[in-house]
Amino acid sequence: MHGLAFDVAHLLSGSLVLISLMLLYQDRLYSLLNIFAFHAVFLAFAVAWQAFIQGAPHLYVTAAIALAFKGIVIPVSLHRMVQRLGIHRQIETVVGIGPTMLFGICLVALSIMVMLPVTEQADALTQEDLAFALSVVLLGLLMMVTRRNAVSQIVGFMSLENGLILAAAGAKGMPLVVEISIAFSVLIALIVIGIFLFRIRERFDTVDVQVLDRFRGEQP
Amino acid sequence: MAVIADWLVQGMQMALVLIVAPLLTGLVRKIKARLLRRQGPSLLQPYRDLHRLLRKEVVLADNASWLFRIAPYVVFTAIWVAAALVPTFATGLLFSWSADLIAIVALLGTARFFLALAGLDVGTSFGGIGSSREMMIASVAEPALLMAAFTLSLLAGTTQLSAIANFMLSQHVGLRISLGLVFVALLIAALAENARIPVDNPATHLELTMVHEAMVLEYSGRHLAMIEGAAFVKLLLYASLMACVFAPFGMAAAGDGPLAYLAGIAAYLVKLLLAAVVLAVFETSIAKMRVFRLPEFIGTALMLGLLGTLLLFVTRSL
Repeated sequence: MHGLAFDVAHLLSGSLVLISLMLLYQDRLYSLLNIFAFHAVFLAFAVAWQAFIQGAPHLYVTAAIALAFKGIVIPVSLHRMVQRLGIHRQIETVVGIGPTMLFGICLVALSIMVMLPVTEQADALTQEDLAFALSVVLLGLLMMVTRRNAVSQIVGFMSLENGLILAAAGAKGMPLVVEISIAFSVLIALIVIGIFLFRIRERFDTVDVQVLDRFRGEQP
Repeated sequence: MAVIADWLVQGMQMALVLIVAPLLTGLVRKIKARLLRRQGPSLLQPYRDLHRLLRKEVVLADNASWLFRIAPYVVFTAIWVAAALVPTFATGLLFSWSADLIAIVALLGTARFFLALAGLDVGTSFGGIGSSREMMIASVAEPALLMAAFTLSLLAGTTQLSAIANFMLSQHVGLRISLGLVFVALLIAALAENARIPVDNPATHLELTMVHEAMVLEYSGRHLAMIEGAAFVKLLLYASLMACVFAPFGMAAAGDGPLAYLAGIAAYLVKLLLAAVVLAVFETSIAKMRVFRLPEFIGTALMLGLLGTLLLFVTRSL
């Protein structure tokens, strides 16, 4: 059970969790996007390793999609957006970095403590994969909650989606059609979000989503 | 007969750390100077400094209490004992049953506590600044060190350094991300504890930025020699801790002959040389951080240690 296959899977999905925490730590947009690209590359490696040990060739396609779209296309287009929006300055975070990181660690602990008893019947590989996937998802959610900048919220959303793909790769037997349609819906989401970003900027001269609250009359 | 030999080897280890420590600091200084294209002081300069300080008379402040006078000896003793417990060239020495990671952290904590008290004792403003900053750093760095110790002991099933080194040499280690995380956490904690560059600059007495030097500003003569010696030994301690845990190659096992011990010493010296080069290159390539950013930097070590323990917990419970 504790063979090389398990160790490498643990290494790769563990580094995904680590990179999720690194995303929380970044306070500049460009480095955030670079780390996000890293996140996708490690996701591709993790999925490819799952494909190798499960003997499921269609997972290689998933890995390739993750590498091409999330590792290259999305970060590059986000880079361009940031450049055209002219917002490559500091991100304002709602809570400070220290409490956010502590909260993130607590979320990792929570997801491990929840996932391990729930999935007791599954084999060890699936168990740890699901636990780490849940923590990547939760960290993505945390990122969306703590950031005010719309671009970093997008990055949080995309890293959340990476966690979903990691979970899907760990659970055996996910059809390729679902995989491809998810990849394309994410791309379409990126396009829609991109259009929205520019609309928001046009309307409010900023991509700080707190302005939206004020616009809806929720804050004086 | 065997007992006498064991005592001898243990004594050799205690003497070795004491003799090599100033050389390591001198080496780091020399490499740093050469990297800046300066000539740099001789490798033996730390020994000469210690010798000169030991001969000089002690100047005591009028309001210094007994605490101020005993603190240097307490600090030096605690750190020397800790350094002598870390396996350097051989595992399974006479005292290795007490070479416990948590005990070593406790010894270092004791030393730091007394140094901070001594900084406050005379009542100068610099001593106060230094002590409060040192405590701020320690309050984050020490938990980080403990988390690293927990991760290692979870992995090896023991907190004894000698057993951990043997475990790392065995084939059961496998590929562990927690080890990588702990390595980085230990590196950051070591930089913080030794007052090395991103945290504190060991080479200056620049008033606003100093931490360690501010605490010991009032010391002179043999007291200062003790404190400087303790700083040298502490650097060696962290270098040999990292070497023992992450690169235990070439260490002699218990009961090997003198030849194995000699080979172990040679391997140990090579590891120290590598550590000195890495530290010097690292220190020359980055700048010192602002004091208010330090909790973030050292907090990273704490976070990595926590994460390492958590990730390991997953594999352990499966």
